[in-house]
Amino acid sequence: MGIRFILMVNKQGQTRLAQYYEWLTVEERRALEGEIVRKCLARNEQQCSFVEHRNYKIVYRRYASLFFLVGVDNDENELAILEFIHLLVETMDRHFGNVCELDIMFHLEKAHFMLEEMVMNGSIVETSKANILSPIQLMEKAT
Amino acid sequence: MTMHGMRGLSVFISDIRNCQNKEQERLRIDKELGNVRNRFKNEKGLTPYEKKKYVWKMLYIYMLGYDVDFGHMETVSLISAPKYPEKQVGYIATSCLLNENNDFLRLAINTVRNDIIGRNETFQCLALTMVGNIGGREFAESLAPDVQNLLLSSSCRPLVRKKAALCLLRLYRKNPDVVNVDGWADRMAQLLDERDLGVLTSSMSLLVALVSNNHEAYWSCLPKCVKILERLARNQDVPQEYTYYGIPSPWLQVKTMRALQYFPTIEDPSTRRTLFEVLQRILMGTDVVKNVNKNNASHAVLFEALALVMHLDAEKEMMSQCVALLGKFIAVREPNIRYLGLENMTRMLMVTDVQEIIKRHQAQIITSLKDPDVSIRRRALDLLYGMCDVTNAKDIVEELLQYLSSADFTMREELSLKAAILAEKFAPDLSWYVDVILQLIDKAGDFISDDIWFRVVQFVTNNDDLQPYAAAKVKEYIDKPAVHETMVKVSAYILGEYSHLLARRPGCSPKEIFSILHEKLATVSTTTIPILLSAYAKILMHTQPPDQELQSQIWAIFNKYESCIDAEIQQRAVEYLALCQKGAALMDILAEMPKFPERKSSLIKRAEYSEADTAEQSATKLRAQQQTSNALVVTDQYPANGVTLRISVGQLSLIKVPSMITTENDTSTDQALSQQNGSLSKVDPQPPSVDLLSDILGPFAVEGPPGATVQSEHIAVSGLEGGSDAVDGSAIVPVEEHTNTVQPIGNIAERFHALCLKDSGVLYEDPYIQIGIKAEGRGHHVHLVLFLGNKNTAPLVSVHAIILPPAHLKMEFSLVPDTIPPRAQVQCPLEIVNLRPSRDVAVLDFSYKFGTNMVNVKLRLPAVLNKFLQPIQVPAEEFFPQWRSLSGPPLKLQEVVRGVRPMPLPEMANLLDSFRIMICPGLDPNPNNLVASTTFYSESTHAMLCLVRIETDPADRTQLRMTLASGDPSLTFELKEFIKEQLISIPTARSPAPAPKAPPTAQPTPQIPPNDPAAILAGLLS
Repeated sequence: MGIRFILMVNKQGQTRLAQYYEWLTVEERRALEGEIVRKCLARNEQQCSFVEHRNYKIVYRRYASLFFLVGVDNDENELAILEFIHLLVETMDRHFGNVCELDIMFHLEKAHFMLEEMVMNGSIVETSKANILSPIQLMEKAT
Repeated sequence: MTMHGMRGLSVFISDIRNCQNKEQERLRIDKELGNVRNRFKNEKGLTPYEKKKYVWKMLYIYMLGYDVDFGHMETVSLISAPKYPEKQVGYIATSCLLNENNDFLRLAINTVRNDIIGRNETFQCLALTMVGNIGGREFAESLAPDVQNLLLSSSCRPLVRKKAALCLLRLYRKNPDVVNVDGWADRMAQLLDERDLGVLTSSMSLLVALVSNNHEAYWSCLPKCVKILERLARNQDVPQEYTYYGIPSPWLQVKTMRALQYFPTIEDPSTRRTLFEVLQRILMGTDVVKNVNKNNASHAVLFEALALVMHLDAEKEMMSQCVALLGKFIAVREPNIRYLGLENMTRMLMVTDVQEIIKRHQAQIITSLKDPDVSIRRRALDLLYGMCDVTNAKDIVEELLQYLSSADFTMREELSLKAAILAEKFAPDLSWYVDVILQLIDKAGDFISDDIWFRVVQFVTNNDDLQPYAAAKVKEYIDKPAVHETMVKVSAYILGEYSHLLARRPGCSPKEIFSILHEKLATVSTTTIPILLSAYAKILMHTQPPDQELQSQIWAIFNKYESCIDAEIQQRAVEYLALCQKGAALMDILAEMPKFPERKSSLIKRAEYSEADTAEQSATKLRAQQQTSNALVVTDQYPANGVTLRISVGQLSLIKVPSMITTENDTSTDQALSQQNGSLSKVDPQPPSVDLLSDILGPFAVEGPPGATVQSEHIAVSGLEGGSDAVDGSAIVPVEEHTNTVQPIGNIAERFHALCLKDSGVLYEDPYIQIGIKAEGRGHHVHLVLFLGNKNTAPLVSVHAIILPPAHLKMEFSLVPDTIPPRAQVQCPLEIVNLRPSRDVAVLDFSYKFGTNMVNVKLRLPAVLNKFLQPIQVPAEEFFPQWRSLSGPPLKLQEVVRGVRPMPLPEMANLLDSFRIMICPGLDPNPNNLVASTTFYSESTHAMLCLVRIETDPADRTQLRMTLASGDPSLTFELKEFIKEQLISIPTARSPAPAPKAPPTAQPTPQIPPNDPAAILAGLLS
């Protein structure tokens, strides 16, 4: 089914956003996030952006203090996911203007609205930034 | 409605952020949860705005990893709010917090449907997204037609249709019948004519799911996909918004090429030509550019194109172009591209015959095996394993061995297994093979399973030239101060048989060999001592002229072990001592082991495992011939290749979980076996009775000659298969055990089943005592502690606890004190070693006296097969070669199971998961199938990989086909039966187990001695 989960975690390992596309219990999530974060944060810039973990492949990218981690199936196209992360960041940038960790933290609902427009049930639904952002813009106009 | 509107939420987030530590965070969160809970209690006073705010707080807390077990109703109720902001929060939070089986969610179906069929586009989008994310089967049944209408409607705008496409995908996964609509494939093809790239992107995901399950139906979509790809590749009519760093939607390109990979071939010449033109353009036209994002995006497309070219089995020229590209990639510095180069080269090996070209890159790949990045090392290892053949085996295996010393722990097991397989498969000469395996044992003994060293013994035995070499070689290793126990085993065996060939070499006199071996005796476990004893006997026999000193030394050792508590050691010591005193006759009895029969060599890989069994059988031949006649001991015999199944029958029948549905044949066979004399174990390995097997194992091809030569025992057993009338009734009547007037609290069977899935809990409880259990497992060892708690103010006396272990478990149980003081708890540790695969269960026979009440219970201990499993994820590149190499019975068994408790696939996956069998998603393209893997640990198998495939029939959930594969025939069989039992009925879901009721006719059965474990077990399970 493609994307299993999307995590945003800062370099202290604190989760800033977690969106799962398969049902895991809270304990399972905690354990999974702990393991993945430990594995990914320990890696350096010279290492590749893919980490194999349990039945997932983690495709990750770091932006300043924030790590974007996407868990995918083993046969997913890794580079396409890697650039999808960047598309997400660019979309947030367009909305927040130079997005930072605090924006995501304090505007969690907007981050969710954007993700909701981009991914559904683990599949990519939209890649046009204008289309992704239009519902949020409509809403803001209305208030 | 923006954040300013939710000041409370901002304040809360700030508070959390300012927490100094986890403890503070927890306190703050507890406070907030209390607050929200209180506010929800008085729901009437809440404005929609407040509800919205609290739901966001819940979501935030949930995201931080705290359980939020309330407020679900309030969340779902926001869905029916009239205004968009509240409704939106309701839908999004519902997707995040609830799972598809939540009752509140089901109750909301009507509201959701109204939003979907309503006129408000934004509401439609919200509802479709939520259903697309977490909609369950009921949603599929009630919403599918509406969603299909939206997807195909010409009046609907793309923003709704793209969501409808993925919503339908979800519903299809929940119930594949939703697309069983006349003409659906044609409509799907029409849908691909769409110009909007958003709708196409999501429709393409839907198409991938559909064609992966049934490409036949969607042939008409194939040319459309090629058209879409052509449009993108040529950048025709692609809006700027869908162009990413100059590349027309790389994601849609990738998805489209993925869909094309599910069609086996492309027949239409013009479509094929067009596609190859596009692919050629991608292959040739992708340059490395400076911009990282552009580079990644174009290479994402390139790698997908490579995969498609491989799939289509293009002309040789294009294929070599692909290999050349990959060769370039695996040499670049950029780690992502290198990783993907290695990964795709491995895939290429699986698809086509390009080994020769790939081999040219061997040196480069070996460099990556030493890369600092573990992700890259893994890919390199897989590729090296895949590309290994006779010509390069020596180099590759040497590299693996070298790397083994420095490899991190997580990779050692895989590495050593792969090295062992390659060494055997492609050994250019046998001395090299022996060298490799000995090195492996030396460097990674923990990961070398018995069958690997059995195999060495077999080769050495069968090749006279190899014998002195192997003997000298193992002597070198064993001479070192600290050696792995497996090394002691293989050395003892080989030196026992062949050290006389070295007698003239310095340091190799019988005496010296003996003392080198004997030095190790103190360091080894009881499984190795018998091998050492045999070696001593053989050395002694070979010492000509006899050496009095050596003889008295060895006799003294035999003497010492004559009273050993371990039956195997004791028996050997007694027998060898007696044999030694026979003088000349000794020569014949202890003569060199005969050659092992060579198998048909067509299945090298299968032989690798099964022949090892024979090796072991020979190694234990003496023992087997001396076995006592007890039904339990039957299982003690190691299965030779052909007799495995018969043995398994014996094993499976010793004890049965009550919920297990077996045919009566099993029971009767079992009873027959246990009543027959135990001379079964004396029977020479014979092909099993075909009738018996086919009856018990169902649709299952048994190889080997028909049972014409079946021995009398077999006939007797087969004679019973007809039905229960042939069974000696008394044997299955339970032993009287309910003299107890004390009633247990709770259901014993349920407690047992619960403990099979978890590590600690209560095993038994009555008004006087509680028996708790705590287990800790590591590989084939389980450390179990029984907690016996006296609940009263008076002591419990005459406390007895006896463990009745099945043959496959070695158990050491500490003594239980006779008296348990008032209100005291006694802890009794129990060490369990799993010797080999079996589903038999150990029983605790426990009794005590309280006042005048004598209480006696027999409790099954949850040291069951799944406790020796460790979940493991096997990547596709490993799974498939393994799967293929285990090509058929008895290593790979298949069975159609009927009468399965109907359950959705995810539930079945969870069930397997709870037994530590891990689902490997994505390996099987058919969504109705499950592929899973696990590692089984036992002393005989060591860590052994087991692969499972379950094919379900969406039209009939009560049946499925199950295929099991592992390197050990009895493991394959036992695990298959085990899973079957779980699927047929779920023990935990069962209300009162049939345990304690004896049939009215039940009488204590005088024929069976009260301490016969088999009978006690039968009694327990009536």
